[in-house]
Amino acid sequence: MAEFAYEPEPAGGVVLAPGESAREIAGKSPWRLAGRRLLRNRVALAAAGLFVLIVVVSFGAPLYAEHIAHTDPFANNLNGTTVVDGKKVEVLQQGGGPLKLGETPIGPTWQSNYFLGADNQGRDVMARVLYGGRASLLIGVGSAVLACLAALLLALVAGFFRGPVDMVLSRLMDLIWAFPIFLLAISLATVLLTAPDGLQWGPVHVDPSSLWVPTLIIALVYVPYVYRPVRGQVLSVREKEYVEAAISQGASNVRLMFGEILPNVVTTVIVMLPLMIATTILTESALSFLSIGVQPPKASWGTIIDDGQDLLYSRPWVAIAPGIMIVLTVLSLNVLGDGVRDALDPRAKLRIKG
Amino acid sequence: MLVFVVRRLVSLVVVLFAITVLTFLIFFATPGVDPTRSLAGRNPTPETVAAVRHQFGLDRSKPEQYVLMMKRLFVSRDLVSYGNQALKVVPAITAAAPVTFSLVIGAAIIWVVLAIATGLAAVVLKGSIWDPLLMILALIGISMPVFWLGEVANLVTQDRLHDTFLFSWVPPLGYVPLTKDPWQWFLHLIIPWLTLSVLYIGFYARVLRANMLDVSNEDFVRTARAKGLSERKVLTRHMLRTSMITFVSLFGLDFAVLVGGGALLTEVVFGLPGVGLLTYRSLVALDLPVIMATVIYGAFFITIANALVDIVYARLDPRIRPA
Repeated sequence: MAEFAYEPEPAGGVVLAPGESAREIAGKSPWRLAGRRLLRNRVALAAAGLFVLIVVVSFGAPLYAEHIAHTDPFANNLNGTTVVDGKKVEVLQQGGGPLKLGETPIGPTWQSNYFLGADNQGRDVMARVLYGGRASLLIGVGSAVLACLAALLLALVAGFFRGPVDMVLSRLMDLIWAFPIFLLAISLATVLLTAPDGLQWGPVHVDPSSLWVPTLIIALVYVPYVYRPVRGQVLSVREKEYVEAAISQGASNVRLMFGEILPNVVTTVIVMLPLMIATTILTESALSFLSIGVQPPKASWGTIIDDGQDLLYSRPWVAIAPGIMIVLTVLSLNVLGDGVRDALDPRAKLRIKG
Repeated sequence: MLVFVVRRLVSLVVVLFAITVLTFLIFFATPGVDPTRSLAGRNPTPETVAAVRHQFGLDRSKPEQYVLMMKRLFVSRDLVSYGNQALKVVPAITAAAPVTFSLVIGAAIIWVVLAIATGLAAVVLKGSIWDPLLMILALIGISMPVFWLGEVANLVTQDRLHDTFLFSWVPPLGYVPLTKDPWQWFLHLIIPWLTLSVLYIGFYARVLRANMLDVSNEDFVRTARAKGLSERKVLTRHMLRTSMITFVSLFGLDFAVLVGGGALLTEVVFGLPGVGLLTYRSLVALDLPVIMATVIYGAFFITIANALVDIVYARLDPRIRPA
């Protein structure tokens, strides 16, 4: 799989973005500079707007379900009826064809109730897609943020203390790195998500449908991808004069790590974050599609596409709609990520993997 | 060079060993998870569970279990599935591997050709509307989940437009071995090939374009132009060839990842009985010995391919050989 690709430049130094003059950037802090560049990038702003819109709509799912669709998108509705164009119709209709076998859920009504039709259980697909977006976004953003924080912390510790600490941490990361991401995620998810009664570790009980399990699994497999470049930067920043100066003033280790080094490596993580969320959302959808991601009764875009597989030829919108949401979300994050990278680090190149 | 190769091979062996240990631990020693719980779904008697536990050595200590599993996987090659005792894991993987290879090789040819074409077109047409348009298309290709794209492809080619002249040639889902009927093999794989290659066309076209624009400012490109070479020669002989270094090393890794199990989603959507589908079926049945074996197969394939790429790369480019 093509991973998000980023190769940070060695820290330090000011770079002009294309079309910028030295006079324009004189006397501005790097953050203000990046902010200005981002605000001038209309494509990136539009992408950010689209992403925010998707987040708002997804988190408004309960409002939609309750006040517009008037349905519970998680309850079976096998014998339910609804009103379309003033006529009462069954949600699960008798199957078509000469034999009238089976039942076909109602198709898109393009009205407030069953806007995109119903799934096999007679549940409102539109409401489920919105709820699914909530889960997908929570897991995608949560796992990317967790992976970045963990990697940042580990890289700071490893790069600052060096020696045996670095040795142990880096070998551990190498081991996860050596494992193909997708296979590692599948292995962990198979084991951790399929116990029928959830997991019991001493006093800690983890419900199988908890979103924490997929979030933590996905976060874990991506930690080395952030750890590697950040550790390299910590090692180089640690040798800078201002760090030496802080040491000579008697600064504590904590202050050195978080006060002197952290602000100089954090841009790398910020550049990676949007691209990383795009990747984790795709990973989550793939795991959920394989039924080893979000577990029922909860739904995510991936599980809805999985549900829609059986209805593909009769009611294609069940599978198509969540896919369109994934494409829009990931596309907006990729465009935004490119914009953030150009703003914070105009010299950055697409990374050579390996 | 020899020292480099030996060191790389030693580290390869260490990594392979670590992978088997880690995989074993995940599947058979995760705390709070019973590795025989999938049997409970079929209501076995306690005697059956005990017999299976004994058969797979699960009643022994963890290190003993590990050695036993690996012996049955690599030495005697008679590790069997939980559910179907007649299904030997190693022959099952060997039988499925050609399907995965067929899928990945065809997709790889398509994505290399189309990615180079797209990347070159974007560079040549830079400044016109086509460059950003191509790059947006590439970005959309990267943003699509492959399993969803496959379902949409099925919807269009198997159902909605199947009775039109466009897709009436598309055979039903499934696989026909190359040795049995090469033409049917080809027909069955065209749609899966295209689906699998979309993501990589987008990614490689972007990388190629960025690389070529990078080298377009280099001295040797200016020299080539100053010598009076035609623009086409500068583009293909100088810029493209230099940019291909990145392209080729990326290709080696992505190809390995796909053969090693990355094509799983495509195989599931199109019903191609490759290693990925084998993994998926055993995953649904929680058939741990089979999943463990396919994961180890994939991880081995990818790690070994990585080592080969490193060695070939070092042979081609002496600068990256560590002292």
